Amino acid sequence: MEYTEKVIENFSCPKHVGELEDANGVGQVGSPACGDIMKIFLKINDQEVIENASFKTFGCGAAVASSSMATDMIIGKSIEEAGKLKNSDVVDALGGLPDVKIHCSVLAAEAIQAAIQDYKNKKA
Amino acid sequence: MKRIYLDHAATTPVDPAVVEVMVSSLKDNFGNPSSVYAEGRAAKKSIDAARAQVAKAINADPREIFFTASGSEADNWAIKGIAMKNQAKGNHIITTKIEHHAILHTCQYLEKHGFEVTYLPVDKDGLISLEDLRNAIREETILVSIMFANNEIGTIEPIKEIGEIVKEKGIVFHTDAVQALGNIEIDVKDLNVDLLSVSAHKIYGPKGIGALYIRKGLPIDNLIHGGGQERKKRAGTENTPEIIAFGKAAELASEQLETNINHMKTLRDQLIKGVTERIPKVRLNGHPQKRLPGNANFCFEYIEGESILLSLDIIGIAGSSGSACTSGSLDPSHVLLAIGLPAGIAHGSLRLTIGKSTTPEDIDYVVDNLVDIIQRLRAMSPIDADNPIDSAVFDKADHHHH
Repeated sequence: MEYTEKVIENFSCPKHVGELEDANGVGQVGSPACGDIMKIFLKINDQEVIENASFKTFGCGAAVASSSMATDMIIGKSIEEAGKLKNSDVVDALGGLPDVKIHCSVLAAEAIQAAIQDYKNKKA
Repeated sequence: MKRIYLDHAATTPVDPAVVEVMVSSLKDNFGNPSSVYAEGRAAKKSIDAARAQVAKAINADPREIFFTASGSEADNWAIKGIAMKNQAKGNHIITTKIEHHAILHTCQYLEKHGFEVTYLPVDKDGLISLEDLRNAIREETILVSIMFANNEIGTIEPIKEIGEIVKEKGIVFHTDAVQALGNIEIDVKDLNVDLLSVSAHKIYGPKGIGALYIRKGLPIDNLIHGGGQERKKRAGTENTPEIIAFGKAAELASEQLETNINHMKTLRDQLIKGVTERIPKVRLNGHPQKRLPGNANFCFEYIEGESILLSLDIIGIAGSSGSACTSGSLDPSHVLLAIGLPAGIAHGSLRLTIGKSTTPEDIDYVVDNLVDIIQRLRAMSPIDADNPIDSAVFDKADHHHH
């Protein structure tokens, strides 16, 4: 599997692994495409800005790297901005993903959206 | 960094002695073996010698050995050649759910062309039931093909007993012995087989050369038509250097068989013991005793296989997995599904296959690091005992094919 250095880096030393104790938005998605599962935890403050984010992932190198990068990219963003994160943004940040692994980046974007939705549901 | 190669089931490094004869042949033995003059005769002589070496490795007559470009070609030839030759007699083939794709996809191809195929199930250890086999045989059955040893989980099938049942009914019996050669004693006179496939690159020979054993007198159609090579049964100017290499590899495999088996078995058991004792929530796939001497296949709960491989590769260890992420398809390995593993468990598989130059220190290094790797991946995973894999995630990964 041809992985970029950034992917290997994000796989070997991923950022933001684990559960957030005080998470108020949690989303878990699974991909039948290859059996990856991603869970994203968000700590969103009263200004609806993502103060902190973390992930737990069951999946291949690309899946771990995608969730690591994606969580890193949304910290400090408003939930509106974070909700607009596209999978291609994640792929670009990683320096590219093999074609067969693009769906991992899609899953990361979807997991973030699911977490944001969870926060909104809880608020309502 | 020293590399520790533990994927011998996928391919093997070429033995230096084999490289030597192959290079020498490339340099000095270019003649077309069908030609009348000296260069041709020299090439033909080398090929005959190599044929005898391969024959000896399985206790066959040299005239029963036919060279092919691969084990896959030998498998294709056996299935299609017998199917085509016997289609007036019948159209039913019996094989198993855990065969290599060279057998399975060939059978699926024939299913689209008027043949019926029964894929025998296996038990949780990967063994077929002799009773199932007996019950599957019908009037129209013209071929049974069952692999000698499985490449993924290492299980060794009872080929001699299967052969007895099949031959009693006068049906042709083929076995894919690609993984068995060099790891198990093979004696075609004892096994009740009519056809047997082997491949050089699994026994420290080069890629690009295999062979099909065809019992003397067995009628079979050609797969490759053309010139009269291989006694008119398999056309194509002979690949002299690779044939000679295969011969040398087969000779070494025979000479070293007992030594290699004992060496691999010891290390395999050391590996299995280390992993199962030090890592929780792990299972060994395949039959605990009736397994290839160098094969260890594990499933680690809560994590995925490719990430294990990547972690191993980064520290110099080469292994393989049956996860969907590694196969590039929707499903994990058909073999792991066939032995009854749920897809979520099958995704967390790791196959390590030991070779003749693996050392005990290599095994220690692997086990020590695996402990850490599995721990790290589990800490990253949303799946654990309290949060099992949602089966809905894997509803596509069901064993409806094959």
